[in-house]
Amino acid sequence: MSYVVQRLLTFPLILLGVSILVFVSIRLVPGDAITAMLGTEAGLLTPAQRASLASYFGIDQPIWSQYLRWLSGLVQGDLGISSIYGKPVLTVILERFPLTLQLSLMAMVIALGIGVPLGVLAASRNERPSDLIVRVLAMLGQSTPSFVVGVLIIYVLSVWFGFVPAMGTFTPLLTDPLASIGQLIFPAITLGFAFAASVTRIARSSMLDVLSDDYVRTARAKGVTPRSVIWRHALPNALIPVVTLSGVEFGYLLGGAVIVEQIFALPGLGRLVLDAITQRDYALVQGTVLFIAFNFLVVNLLVDLAYVALDPRIRIGGR
Amino acid sequence: MIRISPTKILAGLALATALTAVSAAIPAQAASLRMAWSQDATGLDPHKQTAFSSLRLLELIYEPLVRLDAELNVVPAIATSWEFAPDAKTLTFMLDPNAKFSNGAQVTSADVKASFERLLNEETAAAARSNFLSIESIDTPDDVTVTFHLTTADVPILVAMATINAAILPASEITAGTVGTTALGSGPFKLDSWEPNAKEVLSPNADWAGGTVGVDGITISVLPDETAILASLRAGQTDFALLNDPLVATLVPMESNLVLNRVGQLSYNVLQLNPSRPPMDNLKVRQAMSCAIDRQAIIDAALAGEGKVTGPLTMPAFAQDPSSLFCYTQDLDKAKALMAEAGVDGFTAKVIAATGEPPVAASEAQVLQSQLAEIGIKLEIEMMELNVYVDTWLAGNFDMAVAQNGGRPDPYPMYNRYFTKEGNLVKVSNFTDDELDSLMKQGQAETDPAKRVEIFHSFESRLAELSPWLWLSTGYNYTAQLKTVSGFEPSPTGTLFGLTKVTVE
Repeated sequence: MSYVVQRLLTFPLILLGVSILVFVSIRLVPGDAITAMLGTEAGLLTPAQRASLASYFGIDQPIWSQYLRWLSGLVQGDLGISSIYGKPVLTVILERFPLTLQLSLMAMVIALGIGVPLGVLAASRNERPSDLIVRVLAMLGQSTPSFVVGVLIIYVLSVWFGFVPAMGTFTPLLTDPLASIGQLIFPAITLGFAFAASVTRIARSSMLDVLSDDYVRTARAKGVTPRSVIWRHALPNALIPVVTLSGVEFGYLLGGAVIVEQIFALPGLGRLVLDAITQRDYALVQGTVLFIAFNFLVVNLLVDLAYVALDPRIRIGGR
Repeated sequence: MIRISPTKILAGLALATALTAVSAAIPAQAASLRMAWSQDATGLDPHKQTAFSSLRLLELIYEPLVRLDAELNVVPAIATSWEFAPDAKTLTFMLDPNAKFSNGAQVTSADVKASFERLLNEETAAAARSNFLSIESIDTPDDVTVTFHLTTADVPILVAMATINAAILPASEITAGTVGTTALGSGPFKLDSWEPNAKEVLSPNADWAGGTVGVDGITISVLPDETAILASLRAGQTDFALLNDPLVATLVPMESNLVLNRVGQLSYNVLQLNPSRPPMDNLKVRQAMSCAIDRQAIIDAALAGEGKVTGPLTMPAFAQDPSSLFCYTQDLDKAKALMAEAGVDGFTAKVIAATGEPPVAASEAQVLQSQLAEIGIKLEIEMMELNVYVDTWLAGNFDMAVAQNGGRPDPYPMYNRYFTKEGNLVKVSNFTDDELDSLMKQGQAETDPAKRVEIFHSFESRLAELSPWLWLSTGYNYTAQLKTVSGFEPSPTGTLFGLTKVTVE
């Protein structure tokens, strides 16, 4: 328990570091909210007009002053107002998060549902044709970019089936579960495709390691059935690297799958942060990145705790 | 514990997908238009917005005094008639007494005056303000008459007023400071809701003085990837869409259920040289570059043939046959001779271009790179994110820039900003010329249309010969629609005002 508290105490420090990094880097990039809004027409502004707009966007103060103002709002739970949406940043983020969470979970289910059995299959049939086929498929999955898979899926659906999943807006799971899952299933397959390949490779190599361990040989010598050796004895131990990989990947997915959200026109966190950067909505960029970093920290903590559940020999917190 | 077999889960997912497909296949309400575009509006204040999508949205909600038809003629909008005084220093408008805002309030001369005063106020930060600096005062003798007194003869101001950047807003909204948060205009539609970067919903404005629109409403979805827009059209889930990428547009005619609308646009693709930097400060080097490029080959290779060669003037009423301009037919011998005369034996220069803006920018830069290599010019291409590009471009911090610049229906507002001594983008062009300056002033004051065309022909020929920039091509505005949609009239300005006449079967 004290380990969890210790980890939680480091969160504010890490988030502070992230906030400084984001705050400075987004302002170091050339262009600002004024050029983002007006494009080349910004060159027609007089100095007084530019000053008026800079004041409107809150970019007329020195960076440190802007940062302190933003930080003082943050400690009071105020992430600022988005200039694109005209709403509090946190409200905008929380509107977008359910889609990203659902998409990430669906992609994880697909990836693990495909990747773990395939990895186990390949390991248990090491160097046989089925192993080779799985390895080739995994290589193909890892090396095919998601924008190719996504565009291909949309093309096939629209040309062969005269159908594309609902795009533009999102139907929340609780409002209409069927429509919600139907809308996200193809983006989730796109995301899950590449991740399933990674899971397959990790699960295979981890299983191969475990299958060569003494306890597995002992189990076999005692006459335990091959199925039981693999699924009951070997698999739980082989899953630890898969959990690590899944945790890291899930953390990334919670940051929004920019490309997939862009292709399928899904209003998730990935597109939110992309639009915020493109339109130089500083408050929204800062708030969203901070939110994503927080999610990442939480997921990593949960992964560490999951190790204990999977392998009772592991103790965290140095005891 | 309940155990669900994987087979059942897969069957469930397949069923869910099938049901979604069935529900998506149910036709939408007949008279509502489902529209899609890849870039959303960035704001609702018509005086401040310059982004293409913002203008397209706001043209459906607000109205200027006058607008341009598909042939770029000035036609009535809020004003039913207008007249310049013989010295072109006074411009009087008669307003439509039936013009009303969507809250039912009449549009009066007071609203017009308040709108232009807001435009001219520096605190508003309206980019279009520079087009209206000749306005000295505005008189409103009665509710339907507005007279603009100008400091100088300014004929192009009428065309400048025909854009949504000069929209007439309710004086009450201006006073209340609510412009941009609410969208209260006198245009054909009302904005019911707007989720930025996701969706807009419009319904007809029953008070619109222009008549009745042909659809019950318009729902605009933002689909950032244009191949997804095409897929959505193909699947019949979108009725009407705006397309920017010529490569996607060329796929539309292959679909049996779709129609592509294509109209020549006013914006132009150009290679901007920076004549303040050597060796581009040498006229002969610039002219050699103009002679060395094959404009049609750039269109064929980079734009998939989707464009036509253009000189500086893209508007049909003023444009000359490009073949009459300096070195518009590739002539490598002449180019090499000019380089030799300039005493320049090849050089290396950096050319900047924006990623995806226009979609063909990178391809254009590559073709130019290979063509200019023929005369010993080595181009190093630097692709930039749009905002970074804009910042660099505005600072004039480049050797050369591949650009797609917006066109105007009149040459004066199109080039006064770049190539005259008072132009506020002269730091981008880094080029002025006394003769160009003089021709521009004549064109501003001349009221006879035929004489104006003559003046601007001279301007265009001179500009092409001095070659501060190398004008390449002009492309098309594309919209695609299902065959169930009819009545849309496209315009070179890209306006979607033609949607007022659209009906959906």
